[in-house]
Amino acid sequence: MKTVNQKAWFFVLPVLVLVAFNALIPMMTVVNYSVQETFGNNVFLWQGLDWFQQLLTEERFYKALGRQFMFTGLILIIEIPLGIAIALAMPRQGIWVPVCLVLMALPMLIPWNVVGAMWNIFTLPDIGLLGYFLNNVLGIQYDMTQDPIAAWITIITMDVWHWTSLVVLLAYAGLVSIPDAYYQAAKIDGASNWSVFRFIQLPKMKPVLTIAILLRFMDSFNIYTEPFVLTGGGPGNSTTLLSIDLVKRALGQFDLGPAAAMSLIYFAITLLVSWLFYTLMTKDDLN
Amino acid sequence: MKKRSIVPIIYILFLLLPIYWLVAMSFKTTNEILGGFSLFPQTFTLENYKVIFTDPTWYWGYINSISYVTLNTVISITVALPAAYAFSRYRFLGDKQLFFWLLTNRMAPAAVFALPFFQLYSAFEMFDTYLAVALAHCLFNIPLSVWILEGFMGGVPKELDETAYVDGYSFPRFFATIFIPSIKAGVGVAAFFCFMFSWVELLLAKTLTAVAAKPIAAIMTKTASSAGYELGLLAAAGTLTIIPGAIVIYFVRNYIAKGFAMGRV
Repeated sequence: MKTVNQKAWFFVLPVLVLVAFNALIPMMTVVNYSVQETFGNNVFLWQGLDWFQQLLTEERFYKALGRQFMFTGLILIIEIPLGIAIALAMPRQGIWVPVCLVLMALPMLIPWNVVGAMWNIFTLPDIGLLGYFLNNVLGIQYDMTQDPIAAWITIITMDVWHWTSLVVLLAYAGLVSIPDAYYQAAKIDGASNWSVFRFIQLPKMKPVLTIAILLRFMDSFNIYTEPFVLTGGGPGNSTTLLSIDLVKRALGQFDLGPAAAMSLIYFAITLLVSWLFYTLMTKDDLN
Repeated sequence: MKKRSIVPIIYILFLLLPIYWLVAMSFKTTNEILGGFSLFPQTFTLENYKVIFTDPTWYWGYINSISYVTLNTVISITVALPAAYAFSRYRFLGDKQLFFWLLTNRMAPAAVFALPFFQLYSAFEMFDTYLAVALAHCLFNIPLSVWILEGFMGGVPKELDETAYVDGYSFPRFFATIFIPSIKAGVGVAAFFCFMFSWVELLLAKTLTAVAAKPIAAIMTKTASSAGYELGLLAAAGTLTIIPGAIVIYFVRNYIAKGFAMGRV
């Protein structure tokens, strides 16, 4: 049992100060902007909830939000099962384990704009490996600067390439922590591979999978740099995700008020979905 | 080799293909790249790398990036260690709420914070310093470190603390010489994640720097637009950004596998 000790606050204080400095002050600035109109030169006019109202009645916002949910949904549907499947197929011990882990972690360690630039040159129709192969060897018309569907397939593939390894690493960590005795017992009972997976491996992986899904949700929902570098939100607006739309408003059009209001709504949605998911996934543990 | 090893092999090949393309391109001349498709560099050249290693604007980018990333990792781990200890050993007023609040900071889109961060760090006259970027990255790295370390500390039996007190250890001595070494793997994993997320993040790093602390990845985007489209040079710079991460993961490879299994993560 943990002992109650209010002095523990002193241990938490440095973290609290540093994070609060970075989180609360900028957040207050955003709240400030969201209720005011500014014309530069530090002139502000009280605007109340107008920006929020304007935003929530606007088609552009809902379209970007819809694309964001579609992106995150597709990412989770592909990456989570794929990650689990790869983790299951990985060797449990031996010299290949560190080799696999190092190679798999490689994409995660590349700066995000380099990831975007790298996929850009990889998919160029005339000089990129993938683009050239699809167009000239397989004869498939592929040009993501023209075709929205090709652009979507490309950003999804890029994200699968970039982040599936995180799911693999976490699921693998869950798998190796299962004691051998469980498998032996299953063997004695004559359990099939499927029941071993369903009743031993999956429940044992649940805590790490919760983390994997949460992290993948938060990060893919906030993704900005990679799709922006790769497609710039185009062709047209077909890959303009919520974050790209937000930056367009804030820095491109310098509409600070609406952009700030949008930030707050954005943050609230992320928080709400994460909380709902977290509560659902940990509900069984509490009972 | 069993039949099922085919799955990880195909997956790893899929991961390596775009990386191969980047590396291959970095050894090509710009003429060859734009001239047409070639699977291997025809006129193998080191010219692109020579430019980077002789031009200060290029190689200072790497020094800048590595400086603030290292600073951030040190700050994050130093403050996260005692906090994680408090969360794992004690109950105190508002502990659960505080823990959840820390985690919510990972959920705020960086795009939201770019402009306010610029104003904040300008007001404190820290704009364009390593410290500014290192502190800004604490926003998402401290919560993650606390989360990971707390998991590892939970796996260390409380008897260890009690035995040390009975033996007459003071708290700081116990913490530094007994407790931290017993969660070495956890510190390794947390440091790896701090390094990783600080190294790959660009939006905030770019917003908070101008010249003196500009990260390498930002120099790449600038060069891409100003010097035409020098793909070979960009590919070489991109290739070099992969190396520090690869070195770090090589050192922590055993901790990663063992570490995750040990912690409650």
